[in-house]
Amino acid sequence: MTLDAVAWEALRLSLWVAVWATVIAVPLALAVAWVLARREFFGKSLLNAVVHLPLVLPPVVTGYILLVLFAPNAPAGAALGAIGLTLAFKWTGAVLAAIVMGFPLMVRAMRLAIEAVDPKLEHAAATLGASRASVFTRVTLPLIAPGILAGAVMGFAKAMGEFGATITFVANIPGQTQTLPIAIWTALQIPGGEGAAAALALLSCVVALGAVLLSEFLARRVAARIAGST
Amino acid sequence: MKLRLKHSFGAFTLDLDMQAGGGITALFGRSGAGKSTVINAVAGLLRPDTGLLEVDGETLMDTARGIHTPPHKRRFGTVFQDARLFPHLTVAQNLDFGTRYAPRGAKVPRDDVISLLGLAALLGRRPATLSGGEKQRIALGRALLSGPRMLLMDEPLASLDSARKQEILPYLEHLRDGPLRLPILYVSHAVDEITRLADTLVLLKDGRIPAQGALRDVMADPAAVPLLGVREAGAVIEAEVVSHADDGLSQLRISAGMLELPGVHAPVGARVRLRIMAQDVMLSREKPIGLSALNILPVAVKAIHQGDGPGAAIALQAGSDILLARITRRAVAAMDLRAGAQIYAVLKATTVAPSSIGQ
Repeated sequence: MTLDAVAWEALRLSLWVAVWATVIAVPLALAVAWVLARREFFGKSLLNAVVHLPLVLPPVVTGYILLVLFAPNAPAGAALGAIGLTLAFKWTGAVLAAIVMGFPLMVRAMRLAIEAVDPKLEHAAATLGASRASVFTRVTLPLIAPGILAGAVMGFAKAMGEFGATITFVANIPGQTQTLPIAIWTALQIPGGEGAAAALALLSCVVALGAVLLSEFLARRVAARIAGST
Repeated sequence: MKLRLKHSFGAFTLDLDMQAGGGITALFGRSGAGKSTVINAVAGLLRPDTGLLEVDGETLMDTARGIHTPPHKRRFGTVFQDARLFPHLTVAQNLDFGTRYAPRGAKVPRDDVISLLGLAALLGRRPATLSGGEKQRIALGRALLSGPRMLLMDEPLASLDSARKQEILPYLEHLRDGPLRLPILYVSHAVDEITRLADTLVLLKDGRIPAQGALRDVMADPAAVPLLGVREAGAVIEAEVVSHADDGLSQLRISAGMLELPGVHAPVGARVRLRIMAQDVMLSREKPIGLSALNILPVAVKAIHQGDGPGAAIALQAGSDILLARITRRAVAAMDLRAGAQIYAVLKATTVAPSSIGQ
């Protein structure tokens, strides 16, 4: 049971897409998590619902919505096209699908970490002369850093495994949008492809399991850090 | 410091107007009196409904003019009841947290703070491994090193047991009397801490200030007895240590004469603060003889304050000092006490606990 060129290509593409999705999503998710954890405002429940929507919507529907919004002739797609960014049927679209699908997981991990930080510590830092930005970088951020990493790992794992939204939004183009799960699905469509599918599936399991374990470990680090025992 | 504050939350309304000068200003009140709200408003952590805060001629808050200086620009080093050390930093890093924000002229020498608070052995430790008293000392050092214009202390000793309190109090006295001479706003519900530390006393009850002024004046005010609690009220006077006898008693001179007290550790010649609990002062029309009590002072009745209950608080002129006695209203009538009456006050020698004798 060996991995052929198509399988390696799918793995490479999946990693590429997942790295990009994680790098782009982490700062956005951190901002949203902070707002949800620390601010009260009109429409907070709506924002929370929208963030979590991809978790409960059928992925196909999420992919369909992305298609409607980001097709080249759709408003958002046209606007991005004007600055030279095409999403439909491109790996960039796979990145967007991965961001949207992984976002709720990231926000959740980061929000829990932020909520575990007592605002009284931040108040104490302010009375010592630290501005809001300094309080965030010197107190809040170091305390939630493991939580941010945990969220990033979950988002990365989700990006590696995203299937429904991706195939609906950007289809199944080898080397462009055929990520690992889509390659597995494709292999299963071809008579005699079961072996390749099994190998790819095993690879997926290893990546996903590693990600969940790492994420759990990091979440425990948040608790330990806030307790001051590390 | 000048503070005016009006703030409502739920059914509770805080409405006060207070002043704090140099030295230690104590804000005393029972839990729920609004003490922490005052600290938070002064520190800038709370925006009151209306309020004005002026320090050294600088307006830090004036809701009428829309002025609200953010906490980090107010330079009030704050020590909270829960020390609030940063758990991800070592003791040394906690201490140095605010140093970079201290104005050039306000920097406090780091080594001085470390030796004053006895922190040298703790510098490499993590907050989680420290005792409550150690944490509070570090929180205090951290506030000092941020170069504050004034220290705010919100019940800094309330979460500590008596032994740990005794560990911290001398440091606070040193801050008050030592070279730093930093003004301190000290919030507490413990009368013993206040009588030991404060120069100025502000009483807070149900969000209002019924009395404020020099510690000695407020403590000697019979009307303040119910505010402080009948068991805690009592005058604070100054005395000079004259001699120590072999039997453990020391002779102290007050303006009205001599007192013999046990447990005085201050050296001969030192000036100490005595707290004489109102409930430990007995009154006599005649000069008592054959009593076990050693301390009998001739006094004049200055004022009689009849409370709502069976008790009455009597202010007594003893030399240039004022003592307080708490006796029953029935005794007031039986002794026919009136202002101006010349009587004798009998103080039990156990009146002053060693912990409430401060330099």
